[in-house]
Amino acid sequence: MNDMTPTREQREAKLEGMGCKRKRVEDARFTQGKGNYVDDLKLPGMLHGDFVRSPHAHARVKSINSEAAMKIPGVLAVITAETLKTVNLAWMPTLAGDVQMVLADGKVLFQNQEVAFVVATDRYAADDGINAVEVEYEPLPVVIDPFHAMDADAPVLREDLAGKTTGAHGPRKHHNHVFEWTVGDKDLTDAAFRKADVTIKEMISYHRTHPSPLETCQCVCSFDKISGELSIWGTFQAPHVIRTVVALIAKIPEQKIHVISPDVGGGFGNKVGAYPGYICAAVASIVTGKPVKWVEDRIENLTATSFARDYHMTTELAATKDGKVTGLRVHVLADHGAFDACADPSKWPAGFFNIVTGSYDIPTAHVSVDGIYTNKAPGGVAYRCSFRVTEAAYCIERGMDILAQKLGMDPAELRLKNFIKAEQFPYHSALGWEYDSGDYHTAMKKMMESVDYAGLRREQASLREAFKRGETREIMGVGVSFFTEIVGAGPSKNCDILGIAMFDSCEIRLHPTGAGIARVGSKSTGQGHETTWAQIIATEIGIPADDIKIEEGNTDTAPYGLGTYGSRSTPVAGAAIAMAARKIKAKAQMIAAWLLEVHEDDLEWDIDGFRVKGLPEKFKSMKDLCWAAYHAVPPGMEPGLEAVSYYDPPNMTYPFGAYICVMNIDVDTGVYKIRRFYALDDCGTRINPMIIEGQIHGGLTEAFAIAMGQEIRYDDAGNVVTGSFMDFFMPTAVETPHWETDFTVTPSPHHPIGAKGVGESPNVGGVPAFSNAVNDAFSFLGSTHIQMPHDFWRNWQAAKNLGALAA
Amino acid sequence: MIPGSFSYHRPASVADAIKLLSSLGDEARPLAGGHSLIPMMKLRLASPDHLVDLHGIAALKGIHRDGDRVSIGAMTTQHELLASDEIARSLPILHETALLIADPQVRYMGTIGGNVANGDPGNDMPALMMTLGASYRLEGPNGAREVVASEFYQGAYFTALEPGEILTSISIPVPAAGHGYAYEKLKRKIGDYATAAAAVVLTMSGGKVASCAIGLTNVHETPLLATEAARLVVGTSLDPATLKQAAAAAVAIMAPAADARGPVEYRKHVGGIMVTRALTRAAALTK
Repeated sequence: MNDMTPTREQREAKLEGMGCKRKRVEDARFTQGKGNYVDDLKLPGMLHGDFVRSPHAHARVKSINSEAAMKIPGVLAVITAETLKTVNLAWMPTLAGDVQMVLADGKVLFQNQEVAFVVATDRYAADDGINAVEVEYEPLPVVIDPFHAMDADAPVLREDLAGKTTGAHGPRKHHNHVFEWTVGDKDLTDAAFRKADVTIKEMISYHRTHPSPLETCQCVCSFDKISGELSIWGTFQAPHVIRTVVALIAKIPEQKIHVISPDVGGGFGNKVGAYPGYICAAVASIVTGKPVKWVEDRIENLTATSFARDYHMTTELAATKDGKVTGLRVHVLADHGAFDACADPSKWPAGFFNIVTGSYDIPTAHVSVDGIYTNKAPGGVAYRCSFRVTEAAYCIERGMDILAQKLGMDPAELRLKNFIKAEQFPYHSALGWEYDSGDYHTAMKKMMESVDYAGLRREQASLREAFKRGETREIMGVGVSFFTEIVGAGPSKNCDILGIAMFDSCEIRLHPTGAGIARVGSKSTGQGHETTWAQIIATEIGIPADDIKIEEGNTDTAPYGLGTYGSRSTPVAGAAIAMAARKIKAKAQMIAAWLLEVHEDDLEWDIDGFRVKGLPEKFKSMKDLCWAAYHAVPPGMEPGLEAVSYYDPPNMTYPFGAYICVMNIDVDTGVYKIRRFYALDDCGTRINPMIIEGQIHGGLTEAFAIAMGQEIRYDDAGNVVTGSFMDFFMPTAVETPHWETDFTVTPSPHHPIGAKGVGESPNVGGVPAFSNAVNDAFSFLGSTHIQMPHDFWRNWQAAKNLGALAA
Repeated sequence: MIPGSFSYHRPASVADAIKLLSSLGDEARPLAGGHSLIPMMKLRLASPDHLVDLHGIAALKGIHRDGDRVSIGAMTTQHELLASDEIARSLPILHETALLIADPQVRYMGTIGGNVANGDPGNDMPALMMTLGASYRLEGPNGAREVVASEFYQGAYFTALEPGEILTSISIPVPAAGHGYAYEKLKRKIGDYATAAAAVVLTMSGGKVASCAIGLTNVHETPLLATEAARLVVGTSLDPATLKQAAAAAVAIMAPAADARGPVEYRKHVGGIMVTRALTRAAALTK
């Protein structure tokens, strides 16, 4: 051995494979302002579109007069629902089985609804144009409070559904009803409640908020009249789905549609669905034969494209007097706004809300969800969470705290008593899921030890005494949250979008010199796929991650995938990548056997190549085998080294975590101070610990924002009062707490590399930790539940209502 | 979020700016840092036909000590205030307040003249100027005049500025050596306007308050001087009962609007707390 021979450790390190804190390769361009986003795209002759929007939440559109607008220099067209009707596109299907107006057809149903689309030679003229379109409205009574949407005399919102007693998800029981979805055994659950020693019941609201990615929704559509081909560059989280939707509704052959998601500046669920802007830009391009750009501004993004949450969950738990939970019953009133534009898998109108039994072995449960229409923006997307999982986690985690309070038990102790035990996995929940793996007790205990949980409770007790004695005006809350996510939609047996199974895909092509390219059906919106996907391949086939280019987002080159949301990229696309790599490795093994003149079974894999068992000097590196694949393959074998895999996951993955938030609140001002936030995550095999940490930091920051102030709020007339970042709480680095992260590793037994999703866990687990901290702080003053968001004035209001303010 | 079309003018002297504003009339607006006007234009809540950019006028910049007064050119940015040794030495409360305005990017562009002249009740500097007894130099087609800050504000966005007039500089009497000061601002986040804020400048003698001025931000359609509250504390040692009375007197003149920062009752309540905290902290700083 000479000194130049790399050690095993050096060979391993050179790969920068799984487990390596590899620096993000995409950041070289992002940190230098060299990203390539939709709005960076400038095509020759490109036109610009902008929307006339409704100032009313509910009104009849009496007339639209475009005369003055058409006289403005540069304005070329004003498109209305009447124009779209000529191509049968005045309405479009939603991913949730509903239909949605592209442009106001006879009436408007929410403030800032799209009424007309002005096309002009530049953005200034387009904006001049929208201000010159004259629309005559006749205001109608509005439905804003979801609890009155199904009143007998509530105004009829969806006249297009008149007489339809059945919707996409079964019977409708009122003209403003969308669907009812139930799951679980009602009789058994009712019986558990009858027998229970202790029950709690609380209406727990998860308010309406918005994913608000920094880059808003936008697109450029370019129709070539000669070839009949339509190219669409857009901020899409699922570009292939967009291509298929366009093919189905615009009746353009799918091979003539090219959908490209370039760099995307955050999605968080906001960029999964299809929006009127995409349809209008496409129609405008088809009509004019020129490229048309549509770029949403911040106000439009917050007020018109998909919101999240707005779930009002009447939550009941039944338990024995010593704290064993025996039943869970939840009714949800789900406010979908004017159109049901959820982006859930098609058969799941309330997403995976039936994960609401959480991390606990609850023997019986029943859930019913009523979706309703109101005069608010449409949607109900999964804002950095798997479908309705954050609502479910908030529901059960608040519920457990409320139950602990009623039982006089410590909330951590109550959780430990009810956790699913490690030996119970795979665990079948009362509401129908099969949890793949978990070790909740270990995670919880590690969290409690790391933060000195008992010490925090002692400190809290003494601070409460001091408060009662009048020595301090601060109260202290300790918020515990233990969440189980369900991510990686999903198995074809129960997940599809518009009939397309929710698989994902990867195609790997290795080049003769030992480098290669992998194309994947997912689409990074900031998650760092260009970095992590190459790490999976590096470990699987021994080619350094630096030598693998990752490409996503171009439907002409990437294999069909269902996109990135619901933390599905690693569970589904990540698995497809590993499987494609394994196909390549299998072929490489055959080539190695041929070259080394042994049987394949006599070879063993060793970091970056194959070695003959017992003869360590007989070795072929993967790099050698790449070259060989192009000139020295065994007789009868096709040359080349590439593979494609479409992965249909056998199950979801179930990441989990133990979070704790320590907070002090000044009761006189309601100002809070986050003293400590500790997040332990278990996402199975960790591909890139640095990126995981970054994901946790980002998701916790969103959770902090949502719990402590971020909301889309409407006044009684249906005006959005939080339509800009002046009022919609978007924390800066100054407000954001310091995050402590930790982990345990419980691999997924069914995933090729044992990995689970992670990007959304901190949003799911973080919100209940913050809210539980606030509620825990106030609980000794006699409250059971205070609704989010917990901004300063609401904290003060809570203190006031509880009689905690100085006279 | 795209403004309408407008003509852009960049005069090199105050005289030229006044001439432009006078001749162009109501359809012209002066442009300083632009942090209020430009968003209004992008939302088309303002659509001036002419913008008269004051950035080309060198005479509108600078900070000078002149005897017992400090004079600040209207186009001096918040960042320049923060970088000034003279401000840190003579008017530390101005330094403290400028730091609480928005974020560094905004402070690089935002000017003190724009902040005080716009009449926005959310701005921090107007109440502080009233507290400090500052006066504004207004120059217009009919010459120059001085208006004290406490008489400048007439309503939300309504000020003593006459058509064609520009606020060109601010003159602030330097508070007595050893004075105490504090600007207490409750805000939801960086970049937010105050939920309520209070400015206090006071002097102490023999453990008692010798002089005191209290200004209030964003609790009324104009900035306020809490004169009764200030009168109540003079001659006292700021004992708890006095603090409570002073806060109550300040709250009595507040009339904030309910908004996303909270209902009226909350904003008044925390306004009182800001007064108490500013008085307490200012007193502790006296020498």
